[in-house]
Amino acid sequence: MPELGKYVFAVLSSYGISVGILIALCAISLIRARRMRRELAEIEQRMRQDG
Amino acid sequence: MASLWEYANPRKFIATSDRVLPWVGALALICLVTGLVWGFFFTPEDYRQGASVKIIYLHVPSALMAINAWLMMLVASLIWIVRRHHVSALAARAAAPVGAVMTIIALATGALWGQPIWGTWWVWDPRLTSFLILLLFYLGYIALWAAIENDDTAADLTSVLCLVGSVFALLSRYAVLFWNQGLHQGASLSLDKEENVADVFYLPLLVCIAGFVLLFVALVLLRTQTEIRARRMRALLARERMG
Repeated sequence: MPELGKYVFAVLSSYGISVGILIALCAISLIRARRMRRELAEIEQRMRQDG
Repeated sequence: MASLWEYANPRKFIATSDRVLPWVGALALICLVTGLVWGFFFTPEDYRQGASVKIIYLHVPSALMAINAWLMMLVASLIWIVRRHHVSALAARAAAPVGAVMTIIALATGALWGQPIWGTWWVWDPRLTSFLILLLFYLGYIALWAAIENDDTAADLTSVLCLVGSVFALLSRYAVLFWNQGLHQGASLSLDKEENVADVFYLPLLVCIAGFVLLFVALVLLRTQTEIRARRMRALLARERMG
């Protein structure tokens, strides 16, 4: 761990907030992508069965 | 050679982006981890700003992407206005939340950096103010897409909003040059070597910038696929309801 001195709060909270927000954005995007792919496949299958 | 306009076909776009996405995502992760670990653990303190200089590896790339995401949305919106390709309108829609997150990171890290260096979290400096306005434009753009049910009408109106917001995206970039006042320093990266940050900070910064750019591309590809599927789903459900 590098010596951050009096900037410890500024540096660590910058990294914490940024990495946290980026991980949340990636997770939300992946979850929504997976859900949409599944729901669309279900609807397309249902419509094929219904003719 | 395949024409760029082939990717206006949603099926072609999804097929191609499916192949590219894992590579772009993996490269983004490698660059981000390498750049941030390098910057955080293996760079020295700045002689004036001390260890707070480590914030540069988040602040500069996110600010860069906040502006360039809007410019990408501008290009996509212009393509929609001129050629009416749905994929371009949906790509602009997909990019907006990513750009908004980049703007929030730039503002948050800027405030955290400003407090110990300038002695204040916030000041109504031209660059900071134009960035705050850019964030409001992002939020307005996202809200406008969500508020209008008809996709084509939403694409038309958000494209106009995007054109207007581009003024602030450019102001965010050049505010320091237009108004030679305020606390914010000039650009950290420049083609003029004299104005650049020192090499020891510059190389990890370049790796972080590459990571942010690749992450943006990966997220926009993924989210555009999602928007294309959501649009098709709405169309199929509407057709089903009509019998």
